[in-house]
Amino acid sequence: MALFTAAVAGETARRAARQGSPVSAVEATRLLVWRNMLAYRRHWPIFVTGFLEPVFYLFSIGVGVGALVTGFEVGGRTVPYAEFVAPGMLAASAMNGALYDSTFNFFHKLRFGKLFDQMLATPLTTMDVARGELSWSLIRGGIYAAAFLLVMVAMDLVSSWWAVLAVPAALLIGLAFGGICMALTTFMRSWQDFEYVTLATVPMFLFSATFFPVSAFPEWLRWVVECTPLYRGVVLIRELCTGTVGWGSAASVVYLVVLGLVGLVVVRRRLDRLLLA
Amino acid sequence: MLIHARGLRKTFGDFEAVRGIDVDVPRGQAFGFLGPNGAGKSSTMRMVAAVSPPTGGTLRILGMDPAEQSSAIKARIGVCPQEDTLDLELSVRDNLYVYGRYFGLPRKEVRARVDELLAFVQLGEKADAMVDDLSGGMKRRLTIARSLINRPEILLLDEPTTGLDPQARHVVWDRLFRLKAQGVTLVLTTHYMDEAEQLCDRLVVMDKGHIVAEGSPLELIRAHATREVAELRFGAGGAQAEHEAVAEQVAGLADRVEVLPDRLLLYSDDGERTLAQVHAAGLRPTTTLVRRATLEDVFLRLTGRTLVD
Repeated sequence: MALFTAAVAGETARRAARQGSPVSAVEATRLLVWRNMLAYRRHWPIFVTGFLEPVFYLFSIGVGVGALVTGFEVGGRTVPYAEFVAPGMLAASAMNGALYDSTFNFFHKLRFGKLFDQMLATPLTTMDVARGELSWSLIRGGIYAAAFLLVMVAMDLVSSWWAVLAVPAALLIGLAFGGICMALTTFMRSWQDFEYVTLATVPMFLFSATFFPVSAFPEWLRWVVECTPLYRGVVLIRELCTGTVGWGSAASVVYLVVLGLVGLVVVRRRLDRLLLA
Repeated sequence: MLIHARGLRKTFGDFEAVRGIDVDVPRGQAFGFLGPNGAGKSSTMRMVAAVSPPTGGTLRILGMDPAEQSSAIKARIGVCPQEDTLDLELSVRDNLYVYGRYFGLPRKEVRARVDELLAFVQLGEKADAMVDDLSGGMKRRLTIARSLINRPEILLLDEPTTGLDPQARHVVWDRLFRLKAQGVTLVLTTHYMDEAEQLCDRLVVMDKGHIVAEGSPLELIRAHATREVAELRFGAGGAQAEHEAVAEQVAGLADRVEVLPDRLLLYSDDGERTLAQVHAAGLRPTTTLVRRATLEDVFLRLTGRTLVD
């Protein structure tokens, strides 16, 4: 109860701090996204390479190895292997997109670039910073996913109109990964700590039903995998791309949104602690 | 009063950075916090900039409580932090433009102000350069220009010229003089005496989190030092023991004698006369210098230490 009261008091104080700010929350978010777009104008090759990685996997594993594999059953229907792998890669591209700006780049802005110190000297608040940076992360994930979807359509790997919703679903993946990764990044002390991120994301990329169904795992491991955010994203997008949407899809949506919002709140609190001491 | 503080305190864990200070800054004044590193100047500035909640006491900026209305306060002040926090991924012009937009200012208005400010800090030709390609002095000027984008009522400058070469310092001072003439309230911290004397109408001397003296530069010099100072150096190495011995011999010749590791300071109202008396006493210092007393001497008197080690 005391904890709850303290939390409420904290939120009240935070709202009050916003009083009389000439910048609305929506406008602040837009400004931060716009600032990141300006910064990337000079670095567009970096932007493109992040997109290409899952595309290469799609060609090498999905199409190349796919020639040797018959396919898997999804929602009672057998889909060709490339069509099975493609949604997984789309989810992975959204994860990748969100990852860059919520880990390395976020760390640099926070610890070295002093970018957020600069923003906090203006009417912008820590919540504005957290929300703006997260929005940019998920937008970057969304752009990758949308481009990937076009590749899938061009290769005739999409069998349902539900696939249109794969882009907003990819935004949810961006939200979840962006939120969690930014939150973890606020605790990191050096670049070496980012090895842990790689340690978590590489297995997720390889085993989250991206290249083969989780039925290949023993029961206990299957449960572990099914709880990871990338798995939820992969199955959600696969359900959309193959038109097998169900209640499980809704559960995935809720799961991803909750992860993202929890991350956002943690980031805001950590920024208060680190920058407004 | 634009800034009003009573019993203002700031602690970090066990460390007391600011131990209860009273400050009042009226509109249009150039106010200085003077003190060595670790005196509590920057902690005070961060509290005034509404980015660090006070641990105790009252603080009002433009009549508002920073704990309750930090965004509203920040909208009306300009901050030039100790370390340049420029956006290294943006050009010089975009640094100002984007920053101005953070204040919610309309695009057209910001664009006009950016051109005006680039001219003011003489960076017009560098408008499209990246920040990384600027010299230290240019970065400082850009930071100052940036802090002016919202036409602030109070401009906070934390060590505005630390790390700059003498020429760059003078350019910065000149710009700050102009702002002062325009009626902008300046609040600055410095450990440079000449800077404080040149820019500040009124200042407080801080030491270990306390304010140990307050007044105009001239008042402080009058109250805590004599008009002139004769500096004497003995021997090539300048051993302190040797200086201590000499200090006893010259004690009667000046109002006060300070022994520093490398020199002796003799405080009197007529430095040349004091120097003549030193020579008359049969002492032969290797080098001598007679100068006017400065805030450095005030600080030495008040804290027993020099400002810049």
